[in-house]
Amino acid sequence: MSNLLPAEYADLEKFADWILPTEKERYAKRLASSMDELQAFYDEAFPRLEAAVPYLKTVSLEDISEEDRNLTYLFCSLVNVTFPVEVWRQARVPDSGASMVDCIVEPAI
Amino acid sequence: MAHFPKPAEGSWTEHFKIDTSPTSYEDSISPEHYEAEREAIFKKTWLNIGRVEQLPKGGSYFTKELSAAKTSVIVVRGKDNEIRSFHNICRHRGNKLVWNDFPREEVSGSCRQFTCKYHGWRYDLDGELTFVQQEGEFFDLDKQNFGLAPIRTEVWEGFVFINFDNDAAPLKEYLGAYAKGLDTYPFGKMTEVYKYRAEIGANWKLFIDAFMEFYHAPILHQKQAVDDESRKLREVGYEALSYGVDGPHALVSSWGGMAPPKDESMVKPIERLLRSGLFGLWDAPDVGPIPEAGLNPTRHKAWGEDSFLFFPNFMLLVWKPNWYLTYHYWPTSYNTHTFECSLYFVPPTNAYERLQHELAAVTFKEYALQDANTLEATQTMLESRAVTEFPLNDQEVALRHLHTTARAYVADHKAEKDQASA
Repeated sequence: MSNLLPAEYADLEKFADWILPTEKERYAKRLASSMDELQAFYDEAFPRLEAAVPYLKTVSLEDISEEDRNLTYLFCSLVNVTFPVEVWRQARVPDSGASMVDCIVEPAI
Repeated sequence: MAHFPKPAEGSWTEHFKIDTSPTSYEDSISPEHYEAEREAIFKKTWLNIGRVEQLPKGGSYFTKELSAAKTSVIVVRGKDNEIRSFHNICRHRGNKLVWNDFPREEVSGSCRQFTCKYHGWRYDLDGELTFVQQEGEFFDLDKQNFGLAPIRTEVWEGFVFINFDNDAAPLKEYLGAYAKGLDTYPFGKMTEVYKYRAEIGANWKLFIDAFMEFYHAPILHQKQAVDDESRKLREVGYEALSYGVDGPHALVSSWGGMAPPKDESMVKPIERLLRSGLFGLWDAPDVGPIPEAGLNPTRHKAWGEDSFLFFPNFMLLVWKPNWYLTYHYWPTSYNTHTFECSLYFVPPTNAYERLQHELAAVTFKEYALQDANTLEATQTMLESRAVTEFPLNDQEVALRHLHTTARAYVADHKAEKDQASA
């Protein structure tokens, strides 16, 4: 079976459903998750991103491998869930009520 | 206590000779006034509808729905590399020419010619009518007289503008000193883009108001900062480095201590890790020389960002760490508009840089959600007319200037019309 993520990050494969190519999907998954789920993802993935920084700096976007692309998308999801975990204590942005702001163009990886 | 010096008159508002008395928001809640604005402003001024990067080669096109001007526009790059705009209407029987499944949705792509879905009339990229189905059935039809209806189109530093008024002054003259000051800014190197769109239940000017003052920032967005920092921000309040006015346009020049922050404990763990946040990347990419004359007018060492409002609805924010963003506010009725925001970065070379941009973009969205939500609440209460006069402070001078300018355009247009019919 081929791996979704680079071998050194195989421990994060249990969060494979966070490998999402668009902000819309990442944000939707964040809103659909409980705080426990977001916290669990954050607690494991944040230290791995911390450790991965030197490696990610060597990953060129020009000819990126499927595994590295997945890893980058996974960390994009982590970036998205840092807001509820680090500040909001809830999935939605406080004081945002019914407002919607949709990402309609984003750089592909 | 003032942190930054004000003009000799004692306030920015008096310095610009703008009325300091409480202001009416009738211009934002009156359907009649909005109808007047459509004619006086949106059919008379230069409107930025995109960037040249959206039209990479001959045949590239996009459409733009302009409810305020009651039209849809096709913008296309010709084989000769010229960018042209046309009303998006077939000359035969008025069908919308370029659209996909839904007539009101904007589209983009690349083509060799435009073909009407209805009866197959074709137009080349210059707008000339080139083919008429069963041409012989028509009565003395000269194809030369049935090209697409053109719209004036001019480009400044890669920003594509249109104007429905054939008598308007040229674009660069209209944009004035602020654009001149940015003439050599390397916008063309910042081609990685994130675009956001939101339907807002408020008059278009109210969202500009929200972004032309930062007096609200320490309060509305207080939960965005860590507790100690948030308390400090509330106590200090907000003062801009300086304000500027040039004809209908305005400038807020602001400090920006967060990229990088003076004390890293002020910011969230993810910001420390990715060295990025609302104010952009902590480590600015190399983009070559920056036109210093056009930015940071007070030459302040704490400068972080300049917000330009090019009247009526195009805001350009240039940030110290070499990136920029744009806001557009497209009215759809007197109390609704479509808000667009685009963030532009130097394209990342590696996955780490891509994540830095992701954090800046996602942070922007978290703030924008809070800003957007306030607006509908303001609009509905203004419409109650329970209170009709509102005191604006000196940090809200750019708002006063916007509303004063918009009202003056409407009044001048009415005077011209009255004179013409007299």
